[in-house]
Amino acid sequence: MSSQVSTAAATSLWEGGRSPYATNSKKFGMWLFIISDSLTFSALLFAYTYSRVSNPNWPTPFHFSPSIIFSTVMTFCLLSSSLTMVMAVHSMNHGKRKAAGAWILATMGGGAAFVVLHLSEWLNLINNEHVTPFENPWGVPLFGGTFFALTGLHMTHVVIGLIYLAIVCQAVFRGKFKAEDVEVSGLYWHFVDLVWMFIFPLVYLMSARVH
Amino acid sequence: MITAAVQEREHYLNASYGIKSWLLTKDHKRIGLLYLATITFFFFLGGAFATLIRVELLTPQGDLVSSETYNKLFTMHGVAMVFFFLIPAIPATLGNFFLPMMIGARDLAFPRINLLSWYLLVLGGLLSLYAMLAGGVDTGWTFYTPYSTSYSNTWVIATALGIFVAGFSSILTGLNFIVTVHRMRAPGMTWFRLPLFVWSTYATSVIQVLGTPVLAVTIILLFCERVFHLGIFDPTRGGDPVLFQHLFWFYSHPAVYIMVLPAMGVISELVSVYSRKPVFGYHFVAFASVAIAVLGFLVWGHHLFVSTQSLYAGLVFSFLSYFVAIPSAIKVFNWTATLYKGSISYATPMLYAFGFIGLFTIGGLTGLFVAALGFDVHVTDTYFVVAHFHYIMVGGTIMAYLGGLHYWWPKMTGRMYPEGWAKLSALVIFLGFNLTFFPQFVLGYLGMPRRYHVYPPEFQVLHVLSTAGASVLAVGYVIPMIYFIWSLRYGKVAGANPWNATGLEWQTASPPPAHNFDQSPVVTHEAYDYSTVLGEVEVG
Repeated sequence: MSSQVSTAAATSLWEGGRSPYATNSKKFGMWLFIISDSLTFSALLFAYTYSRVSNPNWPTPFHFSPSIIFSTVMTFCLLSSSLTMVMAVHSMNHGKRKAAGAWILATMGGGAAFVVLHLSEWLNLINNEHVTPFENPWGVPLFGGTFFALTGLHMTHVVIGLIYLAIVCQAVFRGKFKAEDVEVSGLYWHFVDLVWMFIFPLVYLMSARVH
Repeated sequence: MITAAVQEREHYLNASYGIKSWLLTKDHKRIGLLYLATITFFFFLGGAFATLIRVELLTPQGDLVSSETYNKLFTMHGVAMVFFFLIPAIPATLGNFFLPMMIGARDLAFPRINLLSWYLLVLGGLLSLYAMLAGGVDTGWTFYTPYSTSYSNTWVIATALGIFVAGFSSILTGLNFIVTVHRMRAPGMTWFRLPLFVWSTYATSVIQVLGTPVLAVTIILLFCERVFHLGIFDPTRGGDPVLFQHLFWFYSHPAVYIMVLPAMGVISELVSVYSRKPVFGYHFVAFASVAIAVLGFLVWGHHLFVSTQSLYAGLVFSFLSYFVAIPSAIKVFNWTATLYKGSISYATPMLYAFGFIGLFTIGGLTGLFVAALGFDVHVTDTYFVVAHFHYIMVGGTIMAYLGGLHYWWPKMTGRMYPEGWAKLSALVIFLGFNLTFFPQFVLGYLGMPRRYHVYPPEFQVLHVLSTAGASVLAVGYVIPMIYFIWSLRYGKVAGANPWNATGLEWQTASPPPAHNFDQSPVVTHEAYDYSTVLGEVEVG
């Protein structure tokens, strides 16, 4: 790999036929998809911020316990799954298919735990706190709408990621797919985790009740 | 016989036969032709709506259609033209066909995704078409809230979902093009040897990838608001209708550059080949495309000058909007500088290029008028704005699209179009266009609001002129439609390089073989190096 780059550098990094970043098309395509999709979340986060700023009486209802603790545990599950994904890519790069498959399974476990915890958090809000996308007991009706829109869009991405990882996982166990393919799926998974690191503070921590 | 010889050689059109070989093709050239058929349909559909609008406006009274029908007509004209013709027009047809060939590639990076994006456009088009046939939609192509969410009783959801689906087509096309330009260039095809059409299409792709997701979110929010009364655009629930305008124009202003940037790329090709000179200031023209793509994301607020946006925001957006003039002017000046001491031939594509440069200049300069905060408050929502953007969209994009179609037609089909008829129709289109839209500048300045189907009698003369021009324009558009189809069978057989052009797409046979090049090309020259090409343009 390094020799490849150095021969390219010897002539010209900007010469045709080979990307200056030595990135293959799939990986590059995934990066572009991620950049594109980050604009999806940016638009929704902008809408949320805009609405929040224009409503001085925006509610801050989340108590430290259980909401913030609960969402912190969710965050921990999701972020840990990024670590296991790194291990999966690492194993795959060293040709250890079984280990890679196991790490992907662990990643899916973290993601699934996130989804289950998140859904129970939703159900708690809906059944016990009477928060729906259309009303809530705390004031500005839009609160519920933006909460479920943002977390819902993110959860959709996590679920799609789980399906994607399941496809990659079975292919890895059956000896198909290259290390690159695992890395590409890892890029998507890390992106989904990264997005949560914007949503978690904006939706949960900034809506925490501190007193 | 020559025709027999042409039929013997295998090329992308006769490599396989049957409807399946087209509907399941992964060949970028065939997909380009699929797009061509699709957008031509929507062009004439949108044109039919425009015809009805112009006929209605012949008289000050509303005597042809009711005001409700009129609202639907201008909405469906806008939706069909913007989302299903102008945005895919040049990138998805000419770009699809020629971008890989111009960089010496066999295909795009993701041929399956390329086919998928055509199906998405068709699916989105069918959804919107269904809405039009079922009863139409009357919100204007901009879907402003609260009218679109609370009051309109028309097919808003189906139309918006059609646009939503078509948006994914646009994103995937952009993504595919970017990866292709990075990864698939032939040996020796460095970034600064790329034809300028590739540069501008690349810049367009960046906008498609970055802008379109925001439109998707906007449409989903519109959907939730209309169907579930979510509240995001409803002040009584804590929302704000102006938020819709921010989100909508964050995509839809850059979308204007999705429409016009590839057109500029086509003009760079045409000006160079028909004056036998390299484009003056190649690097400036290339980076001007990128600059327009970047600046396009910073000026959306100039659509909100009268929408309760703060005065300071208005001032900033007005100021930033002026910056778009810089790269645009660089392009216009460099094209004209290319002509200087060139060996100019007046073939049909060059006539379109001349038309583009003149009309785009008028459209661009009036863009500065409406970017000026004070003046814009006077002409907001008048025909001045209508005339301004039609000078860009029709006088700019469609002129360049037709110019490019004529220029590359021999490569796509292996046949020449009839030059005499083509020149005549180029002239008819130019005259018809100006007669249609120049009176609208005057109308708007005098205060004629857009989207009205009844107007004071003193505006009638200018409206009649505009309608007369539209009739001429319609004839101008029908003539090429006829002779292009005619030329498929009866046109003079074109050689590999009828224009003696330098681009890689001309170094292979016409029509190209399924894999584009019999042997992989190696690039040893700068783009437009006409010092190495002997001979002149044969036709024109």
